[in-house]
Amino acid sequence: MTEAYVQEKPAEVLKPPVTSVGIIGWVRSNLFSSWFNSFMTLLVIYLLWIIVPPLIRWAFIDSLWLSTGAECQQSDGACWSIIPANIRFIIFGFYPYDQQWRPLVAMVLLIGLLFYSRDRNHWKKSLLYAWLIGLVVMGLLMKGGLFGLSAVETTKWGGLPLTLTLSVFGLTAAYPLGIAFALGRRSKMPAIKMISILYIELIRGVPLISLLFMSSVVFPLFLPEGVTINKIIRAQVAIILFTAAYIAEVVRGGLQAIPRGQYEAADSIGLSYYLTMRLVILPQALKIVIPPSVQQLISAFKDTSLVVIIALFDVLRTTQTVLSDPKWMGFSPEAYIFVALIYFLCCFFMSNYSRRLERELETGL
Amino acid sequence: MKKKADAAASKASGKVAFWYDPRKRSILYQLVVLAMVGLLGYYLVSNTQANLERQSIATGFGFLNKEAAFEIGESLISYSAADRYIRALFVGVLNTLLVSFIGIVLTVILGTIIGIARLSTNWLVSRLAAVYIEVFQDIPILLQLFFWYAFFYEILPGPRQALSPFNGVFLCNRGLVFAIPESHPAHVYMVVAFVAGCLSVFFLRRWARRRQARTGMTFPVFSVSVGILILLPLFAWLAGGTPTAMSVPELKGFNFQGGLNVSPEFTALLLGLVLYTAAFVAEAVRAGIQAVSKGQQEAAMSIGLRPNRILQLVILPQALRVIIPPLTSQMLSLTKNSSLAVAIGYPDFVSVAGTAINQTGQAIEGVAMIMLVYLFFSLSTSAFMNWYNKKMALVER
Repeated sequence: MTEAYVQEKPAEVLKPPVTSVGIIGWVRSNLFSSWFNSFMTLLVIYLLWIIVPPLIRWAFIDSLWLSTGAECQQSDGACWSIIPANIRFIIFGFYPYDQQWRPLVAMVLLIGLLFYSRDRNHWKKSLLYAWLIGLVVMGLLMKGGLFGLSAVETTKWGGLPLTLTLSVFGLTAAYPLGIAFALGRRSKMPAIKMISILYIELIRGVPLISLLFMSSVVFPLFLPEGVTINKIIRAQVAIILFTAAYIAEVVRGGLQAIPRGQYEAADSIGLSYYLTMRLVILPQALKIVIPPSVQQLISAFKDTSLVVIIALFDVLRTTQTVLSDPKWMGFSPEAYIFVALIYFLCCFFMSNYSRRLERELETGL
Repeated sequence: MKKKADAAASKASGKVAFWYDPRKRSILYQLVVLAMVGLLGYYLVSNTQANLERQSIATGFGFLNKEAAFEIGESLISYSAADRYIRALFVGVLNTLLVSFIGIVLTVILGTIIGIARLSTNWLVSRLAAVYIEVFQDIPILLQLFFWYAFFYEILPGPRQALSPFNGVFLCNRGLVFAIPESHPAHVYMVVAFVAGCLSVFFLRRWARRRQARTGMTFPVFSVSVGILILLPLFAWLAGGTPTAMSVPELKGFNFQGGLNVSPEFTALLLGLVLYTAAFVAEAVRAGIQAVSKGQQEAAMSIGLRPNRILQLVILPQALRVIIPPLTSQMLSLTKNSSLAVAIGYPDFVSVAGTAINQTGQAIEGVAMIMLVYLFFSLSTSAFMNWYNKKMALVER
């Protein structure tokens, strides 16, 4: 007599062992998956243990936040007091003290516009007008001289507004120029192509600082007698010319990504060169290059710090001025960390945004 | 309508009005553009000449032969204030090359390590690398240079309380001081032996490749090469009488004597450039490795290649093709960024040329020389890279 084995109940579901799920599982697979990984984990933890506690002690526990410079000299910790005590000079430079609300409003306006432009649903023609009006209003607020605002010489501009002005205007003005050079470089006319290539390679081959030198010492010689242009505008021109060469290469990348069929299709319906570019090629090419353009904005923003070398008072230079004050001498790390934080936050948001755009705009072209 | 009819009519008769002929029209456009550029150039040049005459500034490169009359802090060749400008500028070029070369080597090493760490399966390591990349990319290089410069001058103690992280290495506000071997003729032999080793490795590789193509037999090129490169200098050292004397830095008075003293300016510049550029190189390395699809590795495994051969023959050639172009542009940007040395007082080319401009007032020549020197660096690098890219380019069917 045989008895067939029939399983009448489903087999009991076994839970995975505790060592492969939950926190333990995560730690095992992410930190101690092999002897080498375990060694690396322990090494990193050891290094962090050496570095982080003293750093926290210096930056937070022993630190002073609202004291005078003299009290800071006595203390072992970080002297963050240098920031609140000099914040208005660091941010606004030599801008007249009682008028500093104006650059503040201008900056808030700029940041508001930037935030509003983040959403792609807002990318309409009206946004372009909003930007145009916004830029004019910002310029008016900074410069004054109209509507009862007292005029402020551009030589007095400084600090963060100057940094933002140089980078935002730099990119806005460089973009059309860059597109023109990119089109020139791909033109079939040899003379125009040569001029474009020469310009782009020449500018990309030299450091920005040599252009800034040129703007500060050579440019005045180029002008006819009696005409002078102030230093900030000269530096702005140098930054625009420099950025345009890089934009041109970015845009050229976009132009090269447009399939040949698009050009041929435009030709076949009889569009002229200008209409082909305006209606068919550039709208597609510029869309492709939006993320690298944001990257370009980031590097333009970082590069404006070089105007320190030709003695313009951007946010880095105002910080150094504070540091040369005997009361606050010796607290460079704290002040530089503060400025670095400003730059880091701006660039971090922009680069995150560019990464998000890259994902959203992926068309699989 | 009438125009079109005209055009059609003229086409039929074989004659086209020149503004309807694309070839002639493009010549016209080009002439207009050239004329505009020429006029602009003429305008600037004539203005400049008028200005120079009025301010009675001499033009030309004659000043290069005058006495420079300023000291330079660090120099690879002998230099004194009595030397001519041209020698001072040459010192500057050498300093730029020195910091760029050391910077590029260190950057590639550090960037590769961080790029690989970014892809590590170890969560802690990969997070740490990501934080490093994000932080150092987003802070302007100039600010980082100022920070390291302040680090040396404000945070580090004087020579008497110098930090000594390793035996024989001291870190203080006079810079980085470390022990080096006492100079001895055997070191020259070692360098000669090393160069000879490099040459023989080159020929060995060629021979092994030819033999493999002819007979199919492989040769352990890598291990033999490493052996040659280590053993030849070692023999030279033994033959030279095994000198072991080290020049160890010692505190005498207020500063260190002996050893090699690297100035705070140089160290701060190098540190800033390397840490900043390494973040970008790490991103390039990561992207390059990720660009090689997993299937490539699996395919190589399936035909029975050993792991090191897979890396050498399958992964690296493909990853390098993606990595090299951005890597080159990072090296160039490091060289160009080294011009920021002027901000922290390291005498690089821009800084020396700036001093020369201030002393002689010959701004145009000075700025032109700065641009030419950097253009020479960039153009020669990109010429080399174009050649290399062509050699490495994918040969498609």
